[in-house]
Amino acid sequence: MGVYVIRRLIAVIPVMLVVATVSFVLIRLAPGDPASVIAGPYASAEDVARLQQSLGLDQPLPVQLVKWWGRLAQGDLGDSIFLRRPVVEAIRERLEPTLLLTAWSMAVAVLVGIPVGVVSARHHNSVVDQSFMTLALLGLSVPNFLLGLLMILCFGVWLGWLPVAGYAPLETGLWPNLRSLIMPALALGLVQSALIARITRSSMLDVLREQYILSGRSKGLSERTVIYKHALKNAIIPTLTVIGITFALLVGGAVVIETVFNIPGLGRLIISAVLRRDYPVVQGVVLLIAVTYTAINLLVDLAYLAIDPRIRFR
Amino acid sequence: MRSLLTKNLALRAFLRRRSAVIGAGLVIANVLVALAATPLAGVDPQALDVKARLAKPTAQHWFGTDHVGRDAWSRVIHGARLSMIVGASVVALSFVGGVLFGVLGGYFRGLDNVLMRVMDGLMAFPGIILAIAMMASLGPSVLNVIVALGVVYIPRVARIVRGSVLVIRETPYVEAARALGIGDGRIIALHVLPNCVSPVIVQGTFIFAAAVLGEAALSFLGVGVPPQIPSWGNVLAEGRSYLQQAPWLTLFPGAAIMASILGLNLFGDGLRDLLDPKLRGVSGAARES
Repeated sequence: MGVYVIRRLIAVIPVMLVVATVSFVLIRLAPGDPASVIAGPYASAEDVARLQQSLGLDQPLPVQLVKWWGRLAQGDLGDSIFLRRPVVEAIRERLEPTLLLTAWSMAVAVLVGIPVGVVSARHHNSVVDQSFMTLALLGLSVPNFLLGLLMILCFGVWLGWLPVAGYAPLETGLWPNLRSLIMPALALGLVQSALIARITRSSMLDVLREQYILSGRSKGLSERTVIYKHALKNAIIPTLTVIGITFALLVGGAVVIETVFNIPGLGRLIISAVLRRDYPVVQGVVLLIAVTYTAINLLVDLAYLAIDPRIRFR
Repeated sequence: MRSLLTKNLALRAFLRRRSAVIGAGLVIANVLVALAATPLAGVDPQALDVKARLAKPTAQHWFGTDHVGRDAWSRVIHGARLSMIVGASVVALSFVGGVLFGVLGGYFRGLDNVLMRVMDGLMAFPGIILAIAMMASLGPSVLNVIVALGVVYIPRVARIVRGSVLVIRETPYVEAARALGIGDGRIIALHVLPNCVSPVIVQGTFIFAAAVLGEAALSFLGVGVPPQIPSWGNVLAEGRSYLQQAPWLTLFPGAAIMASILGLNLFGDGLRDLLDPKLRGVSGAARES
C-alpha cells in the first residue's frame, strides 16, 4: 500500500512539469514578442528592450523555461499587466465565489446523481428508471450555460423568485450568499448529476448481479442493507472516478456560468484577461486550475484505497 | 473486414434501437440543414431590418429578430452550419493527432513514456480552460477555435488508440507478420490501424458533440469565433442582454444546440453498443468539454 501511494505521488511530478511547460509555451504562441505585447502598442523600442531584459526574454528559451519552473516552485506567478499587481493577489480576491460555486454544484451533482442512479438500478426497466434515464440523457445534452439562461428566464424573469444575476459575498450573510448561488449551482450541478446518475446506475446493475448480493438476500438481510451496505459500497468506485472528472467539468463550467450570472470569480477574471491580452493572469489561473485538478485526481485515487481493500493489497 | 452478412446484422441491430435511430435522424437533419443553409435561411444572416429590431417571431421572421434587426432564423441556421464545420474539423484534427501519437506510443515502446506524460499533462487542464488559454494567444477566429479544441481532444484519442495498439502488437498475427520480415510501417498500416478503428469512431461522435458544445461556450464567452459570424454561441451571447424583452433569442438557438447534442449522444450510444459492447454504460465523454 505504501509503495502504491509513493508511486502515485511520484507520477504527479512529470505531469506537473508538463503542465508548467504547457503554460510557458502557451504565452509564447501569441503572435509577436511577449514584451511588445505587454508594453502595448505605444511603447518605444527601448521600453520594449528594457522590458525584455527585466522579464528575462533575452535569454535562451531553455534557460527561461528552467527559471519559470523555479519561480513557480516558489509560488510566484508574476504580475498582471493590466491590474499592475501580482497575479496571486488578483486570484486570491476572486477565489471565494468560484470555490463556493464549485462546492455547491458538486453537492448538487452528487446528492442528485447517486440517489437517482441507485433508485434506477433498483427498479431496473421500470417507469421510474426510464424517466430518470431520459432526463439524464437530456441533462447530458444541455450546455450548462444554456440551462443557466433558461433558469434565469424562468425563476428570475417570469416568476421573480431569485435574483436574475449578481453575487452577494459571504460577508453580506449566509442567506444572501446562498440565494445568489442557488441558480448557478443548480445549472452546473444538475447537468453533471446526469453523468453521475448514469455511471452509478450501470455499476450498480453490474454489482447487483453478483453472487454475494444473492447470498446476502438469501440469508435474510433487509433490501436496505443489501443495497446500501453491500451493493453501493462496491458500485461506488466508478462513480468516484467520475466525481474526479466532474470536478474538472465543474471548474470549467464555473468559468462559463460566472459569465451567465455575472459572478466576479476566477471565470470572469480569466475571460477579462483574455480580452485584454493580460497573459500572466491567463497563465496563472490556468495553472492554478490544472494543479488543483491534478490534486483532486490524486485524492480520488487515494480514496480508492480507503474504500476498496482489493486495491490496498495488490 | 466484415462480411456483408454481419454488416447487415449490425445495421439491423442498430435500427432496432429506437433511440439510436432518433439520434441518427437528428444528426442527418442537422447535416442537411447545414448543407442547405443558404436557401433554407432565405435572408442573409447579416442583413439588417432596422424597423423590426427585437421583433417577435412572425411569418416574416420565424425566430424573431435580434437587437440590430437581423433575422434569428437565418442566424441559427447558419450557426448550424458553423457547428457542423467546427465539429467535423475538430474530430478530423484530433483523429490525425491522436492516432499518430497513440500509434507511436503504443508501437514504439521507447517513445511511449515521454509521449504519454505529455498527453497526461495536457489532460490535467480541464478542456474548456485549455481552449480558453489557447484562444487568448491565438486570437478569435473559426480556424483557431478548431485548433484549440482539436488540441484538447488529441490526448483523449491518443490514449484510446495507444491502449488498442498495446493489445494488437502482442497478437499472433502481428508476430507472424514480423517473423515474415514485414516492416514496421506496413504492419502498422495494414494490421494495427484497421483493428483500432472502432473504439475511436465511437469516441469520434462524442468528440463531435463536445466540439459543438465547446465552440458554443467559447463564442458565448466572447473568446471563440468573431462576433459578426453567426454561431449558436454568439447568438446566445447577444440574446443574453435581451433575455427579458426577447426570450426567443435564447429559446430557439438553445433548442437547436440541444437537438444537435442530443442527436449526437443518442447516435454515439447506439454506435457504441454496436461496435464496442464492452464500453456500454461509460458514455458521456461528450461532457468533457
